[in-house]
Amino acid sequence: MTTTIATPTVVTPARIVRIGLSRIRYEIVTYFRQGDAVFFTFLFPVVMLTIFSVAFSNTSFGKDAAGHAVSAATYYLPGMLAAGVLLSGLQNLAIDIAGEKSDGTLKRLAGTPLSVISYFIGKIGRALITGILQAALLVLLAGVAFGVKIPTDPAKWLTLAWVFLLGVATCAILGIGLSALPRSGKSATAVIIPIVLVLQFISGVYLAFTNLPTWLQNVASVFPLKWLAQGMRSVFLPSTFQAAEAGASWNLSGVAIALGIWLVVGLVMARFTFRWIRKDS
Amino acid sequence: MTTSTPAVEVRGLRKDYRGVHALLGLDFDIQRGEPFALLGPNGAGKSTTIEILEGYRDRSGGEARVLGVDPQHGGLDWKARLGIVLQSSGEQGAATVREQLTHFAGFYPNPRDVDEVIAWVGLEEKASSLIRKLSGGQRRRVDVALGIIGRPELLFLDEPTTGFDPEARRQFWTLIEQLKAEGTTILLTTHYLDEAAQLSDRAGIVAGGRLVEIGPIDTIGGAEARIPVVRWTRGGIVHEERTERPGEFVARLSDEGEPERLEVIRPSLEDIYLQLVGKTDSTPVSERA
Repeated sequence: MTTTIATPTVVTPARIVRIGLSRIRYEIVTYFRQGDAVFFTFLFPVVMLTIFSVAFSNTSFGKDAAGHAVSAATYYLPGMLAAGVLLSGLQNLAIDIAGEKSDGTLKRLAGTPLSVISYFIGKIGRALITGILQAALLVLLAGVAFGVKIPTDPAKWLTLAWVFLLGVATCAILGIGLSALPRSGKSATAVIIPIVLVLQFISGVYLAFTNLPTWLQNVASVFPLKWLAQGMRSVFLPSTFQAAEAGASWNLSGVAIALGIWLVVGLVMARFTFRWIRKDS
Repeated sequence: MTTSTPAVEVRGLRKDYRGVHALLGLDFDIQRGEPFALLGPNGAGKSTTIEILEGYRDRSGGEARVLGVDPQHGGLDWKARLGIVLQSSGEQGAATVREQLTHFAGFYPNPRDVDEVIAWVGLEEKASSLIRKLSGGQRRRVDVALGIIGRPELLFLDEPTTGFDPEARRQFWTLIEQLKAEGTTILLTTHYLDEAAQLSDRAGIVAGGRLVEIGPIDTIGGAEARIPVVRWTRGGIVHEERTERPGEFVARLSDEGEPERLEVIRPSLEDIYLQLVGKTDSTPVSERA
């Protein structure tokens, strides 16, 4: 056979990144046109924070070092931030990609010179940007409407930044990995939402983590959301709350290690489970 | 790059699905710049064949080369030279026509102009509409537009005009004529024989996982299949006679008195096709050189 290999013009790293960036834009534009996804992944934590802040507005959740009461809004903000990262990353991507697999989107993309890496850049970029918007909205709402004291210490913001970024990356990659779990787009919500919901209940999003029985805390400690929420608590809760945590410490190195391990697990999962299409099905 | 190798080469192509033989050994070539149609009833193996060539399915046996590359191992550079119009899908369609085409154009090294393609498929007025708000036929035109946006050397069209009204089909045919004029190789599957006759020079007919016929559209089935049929009724009984010389035959026939309900029927492409796919025990043919 004579050689008919075209000059490689398509697969250069610069091109893959450039197309990846165009995917981010496309993903975000189309995401905000899907009302149900926007509500259940983008606005949901905002709604929950509002409900908790209003419902428990007369309840004190503890005192800071100066003896001031900690409000419900302050207490729930870290949990809702963590939940937002989980929803924008894991829940949204897992359901979205499962849907794209079953409705033919991925099959169409598979027939184009789009690199899988560009596609992933688009998905992770969308999770990151919608996640940042969501976190900004949560912090703004908490600060302006519910009088939550937003930290001014740059060290706290640095912690917030790395916990958030590592959290989004881990959750997004896990979302890509979990998208292989539902057998069809229709069953995707039914498969993914219970996982996400249970995690939220046992990881200190809706229920005070430090009040859970130790064995349940230990179970939750296997999963990434508990660590994500713990990292967020270290940013927004007074240092006096540290005493209630396991080992009486925010254990930020533990947060980094746990999220890092799950990131690697997610990468391996995504690597071995993601296919544009199921061949021969 | 050589242009002398065929765009598509298929030898002994086989496909089994869990012990079921979907393809039993297909042989055909498609030359560069040639429009070629695959015809056949549902379940005959048309889509299996086209999806193997597009790289979506792995073959169980035989050889396949698409633009000189084994489709099972076709990389992104190879995909950049193809245009694929799949059978219809149910995508979300949360982008507008122009957004979708602009976005996909960015995947290709040398794409066509987006507005030109929108005009080609007749969607100028819908360019700013969300794809999910379009009718079925309009969405199908978006599929076709996405298939040609990358300026493909080889275009796969899997039942492209399903859901088109007659006018849209005519428009589509004009579009394909333009692509042919540019030298695009086209592999088309269709249920519409007039479409195959209109768009392609040669066709292959797949039935029961075999290629039962292949050749120029106007010789498919052979001269034999095109012999006219004279049909008439006499004494309440319908008679039929196949003859190369129907005029002579009818003249002789009328010597015995005027035949009732006399017809001379030239088998249409459809008749020939139905005859071909109806033969279940048909043996596969090799391509005539």
